[in-house]
Formats: sequence, structure tokens, C-alpha cells
Amino acid sequence: MPEREQKKKPAPQRRDDEVVEEEPQASESGTKIKAELDELLDEIDDVLETNAEDFVKSYIQKGGE
Amino acid sequence: MAVPKICGIETEYGIVVRGAADANPISSSSMLINSYLGTLEGRRGAGPSVGWDFEDESPGNDARGGDLRLAAAPEVETHLVNAVLTNGARYYVDHAHPEFSAPECVDALEALRYDRAGEEILLASMQAARSVLPEGQEIVVYKNNSDGKGNSYGCHENYLLDRGTPFGRIVAHATVHFVTRQIFTGSGKIGSEAPGTRRDEVPFQLTQRADFFEEEVGLETTLKRPIINTRDEPHADAQKYRRLHVIAGDANMAEVATFLKLGTTALLLAMVDDDALGDPVLLASPVHAMHQVSRDVSLGLALPLSDGSSATALEIQWRLLAAAQEYASTHGLEAVGQAVGEQVLARWQEVLEGLERDPLELAGQLDWVAKYRLFDGYRERHGLEWDDARLAAMDLQYHDLRPGSSLARRLGLERLTDDAEVAAAVHQPPPSTRAYFRGRCLERFPDAVVAANWDSLVFDVGSPSLQRVPMLEPGRGTREAVGDLIDAATSAEDLLARLKA
Repeated sequence: MPEREQKKKPAPQRRDDEVVEEEPQASESGTKIKAELDELLDEIDDVLETNAEDFVKSYIQKGGE
Repeated sequence: MAVPKICGIETEYGIVVRGAADANPISSSSMLINSYLGTLEGRRGAGPSVGWDFEDESPGNDARGGDLRLAAAPEVETHLVNAVLTNGARYYVDHAHPEFSAPECVDALEALRYDRAGEEILLASMQAARSVLPEGQEIVVYKNNSDGKGNSYGCHENYLLDRGTPFGRIVAHATVHFVTRQIFTGSGKIGSEAPGTRRDEVPFQLTQRADFFEEEVGLETTLKRPIINTRDEPHADAQKYRRLHVIAGDANMAEVATFLKLGTTALLLAMVDDDALGDPVLLASPVHAMHQVSRDVSLGLALPLSDGSSATALEIQWRLLAAAQEYASTHGLEAVGQAVGEQVLARWQEVLEGLERDPLELAGQLDWVAKYRLFDGYRERHGLEWDDARLAAMDLQYHDLRPGSSLARRLGLERLTDDAEVAAAVHQPPPSTRAYFRGRCLERFPDAVVAANWDSLVFDVGSPSLQRVPMLEPGRGTREAVGDLIDAATSAEDLLARLKA
């Protein structure tokens, strides 16, 4: 999967104006994120542990540190 | 002036032997590490035969002073596999886990690179172990901190501090950072393992580790874990330095999370060294706050402060960022590396802005967000409850180091390192700390180095007594200072003579 492009935003004044207006951009990127997630969910079903219950049960670690 | 914030990460990995239900984790960990060391034998100066020197280990020393030592001193296990690598790291069996202690680094970006190199070394170890294990068995390691059943293992950070900095000042300022930085350092976890909490009370929380913290300050690392660990073992000139041993963090898969964890903490500690923070923000109840912050996915919870006011973790992080920006303009960022320090400040701000607008924006940067988005999406698609075993399995598999299986790797998280520099860091030491001297001596004269530890190397050059070279200054022994000497030396004996000249 390609690396995510780094978001470069102009450094805004921080949080003095609390009211954040809904940016049209946000929903656009929201849709993109949703599409990416769907694609990923389709894809990972193939690599998920086949017997989840046994896998979780048998994952026991002795203490450390 | 703050001392340089030399830092590094030690990670204990979870270990499983697939196809062997009753495998002993200590012998599996030993086999894993020995298999890796075996692959190095053909390599010049692998140093697998070099043992760890326990001469200066004293994990029982308490930064608050001897009288306060209430706990039993942690045990130092001297009999298990314990290797020193040419990149300056220590790779060994700690309790029942393989542990990679990365070499000392000068800044957060370099320390991130060596943390990633550690993952590559564990991955190479898993591959090497395959040829030793019976058919059908495989060792798999996980970079996480909990088995979901109440057992935790650590990912510890270390930072160099000025001995003159009062310990009480460190406690006052670092506590609130460790509690509130969880909003970007957390690796995410389904359920709760805290005593007295039902698993289903907490569908999902920000961190792996918060459940296991029960004290504000203390020496312990395995029970009654404290937010501030008082282990006073500087591994350096104790007259000049402290080492803050931080046990309150998660092991991160996301590079941005590791970078910010190290970068913001190094910056905060530089400010503490320089007493540039003014009055600390004091939480009314730090341990409770640590649990609450971890369980507050909305990030909206106001934490009571000891002055009677309250603030959210995000608001407190904004205050710390503002203080760090101020510090950058008044003191400069020399102590954390000027360029990297600026990168930390910029990224810190971006991440706080993202968390404030919509945490889901950071699904490519932060582990807990990446997990939350993935698990929630999967849950919705299949109509599952949060306590479904399939989600618990994904919670573990996120941390699987095998590239094909690791859900974290599949998510395509943003990278701050590149593969070539990580590959180089598997074998080469960082150039600007004493790790350079340690690693290069092992590479060039593996037969002459009989033991090594953080602050010394012991040579056997055939003379009647062994020769110990102390390395009490973490910033000395750099490539600039000794690179040419090591390159030019024809033998260890020759090197020692040149060092004395």
C-alpha cells in the first residue's frame, strides 16, 4: 500500500475560536477514508486468524519487565 | 543548559510458538535470539559470543534515596541469553520475553529508526528460528504490551537528565505529560484488564498499558506499577547524570506515535532540566486520570486539577505544546536536536489539531485511531459486539511482526523512516553517542571484547589482566571522535594503545 501523503496544513492559531465550522473538505476526505476502509476490510478477511477464539485463548504471556 | 536528551527504547515482545501448545516461553525466547545470532556468525564481527557485563547493574537504586526503598530490588538475571550487537543494542531474554534494548540515540528520529531496526531484527530472528524448529512449528512475536488476560510486558523509554535537576521537579512535570500524552501514544486495546473493572465496561480504550498502573511514584516495574519509575541507575557518570526510566508507554507500531512519544517527552524533560516550565499542572488524582484518559475515546473528559479547576487531556497537551514553543524561542532546541525538535513541534501541533477536529483523521498516524477505525468498521460490517473473539484476535494480530499478517502494516501507516536506513541500523550503530564505540569495537574486534554493557567494554588482548574501557559519558565515543582511530587500528591492542595516546 502506498504511503499516506503527509498533510501539510498552514499553522492556524490554536483553538481560540472554539466554533469549528464543518468544512466541505472534511466530508470529501471522509468518503475517501470510508472507501479505503471498505477496501481494507475486504482484503484483511483473507489474513485474519482462522480460529479467532482458539488464537485469543492460547495467547498467554508470562509477566515481564 | 539542559543536557543533551540522549534517549532510547527497550521493548519486550510477546512470543508464541505456533504448533506447540506447551512451549516454554523462556526457552523459546532463547532459541529465537540464538537463531538470529547464528545467522551472524559468518558476518564479520557479529559479536554473538560477547556476553553482557553485569558489573554495573543496580536496578534497585531509588532516585528518591535509600530510605525510601520499600520494594524488593528487581532481580538481575545473569544466566539467560544476553548478546550485544554491532549496532550497539542489547538483545536478550528478559523474564519470559525476547527484549531488544536499542542503542543510545541523540534524538527522537534516530531512536525511532533503531526501534524499527529492532522490529527487523526480531523478524529476522523468527525466520532464522524456522530452520531450527520442528516441521509445523513457528515462533511468532508481537509488538504489544498485554495478552488481554491481565499480563503485561513493557516498552520502556530512557532519557538522559542532569543530576542537578531535582527529582521532585521531574515527577511534578512528567506525571501530567505521561497521563495526557496517551491521546497520541496509545496503541489501543479492546476491553479492560484493570482489577475491579469488568471487561465489557470498556469496549475500547486508547492504551494497552493504563490498566496496569496503580501508583504515582515507585521503584516497581512488574507489580503496582507507578506512573513515574524511580529506578536510579544512570548507566553513566552518576555525579553528572540521571536516566529517567519511563515505563508508562505503549509499544507502538505507528512511527508517528513512536516519534511523538519520544520527541515530546525529550522536549518536556529538556524544559524540566532548564526549569523553564514554571508551575506544574497538577492532576488531583493522577492514577485515576491515567485510567480515565485511556478510556475516553471522545477525548472530552475534564480531569480535576489540584487547584480546583479542570482540563481535558487535549487542553493540557495544548498547554505543554505552547510551553515548548516558548522554550524553543527562548532557549533553542539544541538539547533535543534543533531540526528534529522543530519537526516534533510541528507534528505535535498537527496531531493535536487533528485530534481536536476529528480523531479519525489520524487513522494513518496513530495506533489507537487506526485500530478503532478498523475494528469499528469490521464490527459494523459483521454486526459484532465489541467483545467478539474476532475483534480480540484482530487486536493481537495488529501487532504481529510478520509483514503478511500484521494488520498495522496492512493499514499503510505513515512512515518517517525509510527501509534503507532501517536496514543499515540493523548492523550499524548510531554515530553520535557512545553506542558508536561499542558497536564498532564489536564489529572490528569481536574476539577481543569479552564483555560489554552500557557504560563499559572489557577487552582481553592477551595481557595478564582484562582491560575495562569505561564509557561514562553517553555523548563520547562518537564517529567524529573515534571513527578514524577504530578504522586505523590493526588490533584491539593497537586500538587501546591509540586511545591512551
